[in-house]
Amino acid sequence: MLKIENLHATVGGKGILKGLDLKIGPGEIHAIMGPNGSGKSTLSYVLSGREGYEVTEGTVTYQGRDLLAMEPEERAGAGIFLAFQYPVEIPGVPNTTFLREAVNAVRKYKGEPGLDPMAFMKVLRAKIKELQVPDDLIKRAVNAGFSGGEKKRNEILQMALLDPTLAILDETDSGLDIDALKTVADGVNAMRSPDRSVLVITHYQRLLDYIVPDHVHVLAHGRIVRSGGKELARELEKTGYAAFTGEAA
Amino acid sequence: MSEAVAASDILETYGAGAAPPASPALPWLESLRAGARARAAAAGLPTPRQETWKYTNLRPLEKLAFGTPSPGQIGAERLPSLLPQGQSARRLVFVNGRFNAGLSACADLPEGVRAGSLAEALDGGGGFDLAGHLGRIAGGEDQAMMDLNTALMSDGFFLHVEAGVQLDQPIEAIYLGAGQAFHPRGLIIMEENSRAIVVEHHDGLGGGAYFANHGCEISIGAQAQLRHYKVQAEADDAIHLANVRVKVEAGGIYDSFVLARGARLSRNEVSVRLEAPGAECHLNGIYMLRGDQHCDNTTTVEHLAPETSSREVFKGVLDDRSRGVFQGKIVVHKDAQKSDGHQLSKVLLLSDRAEMDAKPELEIYADDVKCSHGATAGDLDPDALFYLRARGIPEASARHMLIEAFLADTINNLAAEGLCPALMASVGHWLSDAATGEAP
Repeated sequence: MLKIENLHATVGGKGILKGLDLKIGPGEIHAIMGPNGSGKSTLSYVLSGREGYEVTEGTVTYQGRDLLAMEPEERAGAGIFLAFQYPVEIPGVPNTTFLREAVNAVRKYKGEPGLDPMAFMKVLRAKIKELQVPDDLIKRAVNAGFSGGEKKRNEILQMALLDPTLAILDETDSGLDIDALKTVADGVNAMRSPDRSVLVITHYQRLLDYIVPDHVHVLAHGRIVRSGGKELARELEKTGYAAFTGEAA
Repeated sequence: MSEAVAASDILETYGAGAAPPASPALPWLESLRAGARARAAAAGLPTPRQETWKYTNLRPLEKLAFGTPSPGQIGAERLPSLLPQGQSARRLVFVNGRFNAGLSACADLPEGVRAGSLAEALDGGGGFDLAGHLGRIAGGEDQAMMDLNTALMSDGFFLHVEAGVQLDQPIEAIYLGAGQAFHPRGLIIMEENSRAIVVEHHDGLGGGAYFANHGCEISIGAQAQLRHYKVQAEADDAIHLANVRVKVEAGGIYDSFVLARGARLSRNEVSVRLEAPGAECHLNGIYMLRGDQHCDNTTTVEHLAPETSSREVFKGVLDDRSRGVFQGKIVVHKDAQKSDGHQLSKVLLLSDRAEMDAKPELEIYADDVKCSHGATAGDLDPDALFYLRARGIPEASARHMLIEAFLADTINNLAAEGLCPALMASVGHWLSDAATGEAP
């Protein structure tokens, strides 16, 4: 599904990723854990194609295609979804309009016909009921004035609507209380399927109690320094990252 | 030096086809025109050496090669109505500044409302005495283009609403231009406690370059309200200048909105005198430019009485080598205590070569007032752009969504909500021109 080999990336001329390797198979849930500044968010932005993140070496292949050659919108069309750590507020764009544009854009990439507003509203209503998203969230402007929890719920709603094959959750737990965390985790778990992979990027083990990963990787100084099963997350919670950051240095 | 069309030439150069008939029966009008003629001939066209014309150079007007004045047959179906179906029953159409009765329709006007052609009103139709109004609101210094309009005017939009009469349905004024200079003169008199909505639509007929030099005087009586909305979608090679002079009495409201997306060079100048306590004005506008287009919004608000208020928001989207100008002057006179005046200019610069000049000017002679001004210019938010693209929305569509969002609140805040869809459609029209690569 996703194969990252020897990935080096710089931000503003500064080397952040320094030879990262990672392979994610269909249906697998991987977690990347690491301390602040280890390159977690850089990885999510490189994978989603954000400007200003320059790949200097290495390859990323997604379903056999060169991911790095694709525009951000093409990546979304190919089934990659990034749940943002800090979802962007866009005053003036109604959330419903945004969601419909996004759904129809991705359907177009998949060769499916667009949904008219009526048909889309039907799909949207079903999803917000399923995910227990408050009604007014879709009536307001995109993320504008949303609380931290509402923004993350809106991310999960987008994920459910866009039906990706690879979901990248970037620090989705940050700023969430335990109830909101559970709701978000339920939303992700409900989407688990043999042909959908998930990459959970997190600083804390807490989220992994609710979204249980198949594989856990430790990121330090821009490289994966250790990989293991879900028990690695608990070990990290006990020992902290110090041992790993020392190991990589 | 650009003195090609200076001094006495000006009347001849821009009078062609628009020379007013003599009105021997109306000596006041003759003397009004004569005064304006003398001033216009002496002043010539404004140049950037004048402070209020510093950012707008009329050289393109001097060089304008006029097209064909005859626009051919125009059917009612070609009229670019802004109003929703069924609401366009009241429309006055002006072709090259002259009222066209055949294309106009103004049925079922309530008692106490006169709407029609200024030329007819001057001829005595409607029985309204114009001498007390026409040329009385326009005045003061630095108004060469208004003088030119007064010197050469012969027709235009006339509306008189008697005291207490409230018109809920808009009256539409459609101005169509082709191939010549014309100087329409509007006059709107709102008597005490009256209300009306006037929607102007300016468009070209495809007859080549033309020069529209509008003048308009508006009097708003006590507690009266006028909502005055304008869409300037002139032909690409047209030049559009407009001078709107307004006075507002106690508790009256002048609410103005101008959407500009046409003409190679345009300037919309609005001057409002808030003459009595509680008088209020809202001057808002959006403009969308590309290619070499130049658009100037110049406003002057004079707070002459206590507790008067003004609000101004102008937003522009500038692409390619286009240039936007906003000059906003607020004068709070000595007696105008407890007045407030706020003004804001926001611009999206979509290209490195686009230019914006914003000049706020506050003159405050009272000590208990609230005044503010602000100006911003920037590109689209890169974070928002990436967010939309990361959801699969192609870059061009994402940019359009953000531009629409930038302009939308100005439109959605308009009091006459029925017009919002048509105005948003006009924004959409401009955006889709970009998509097809029109007007490089």
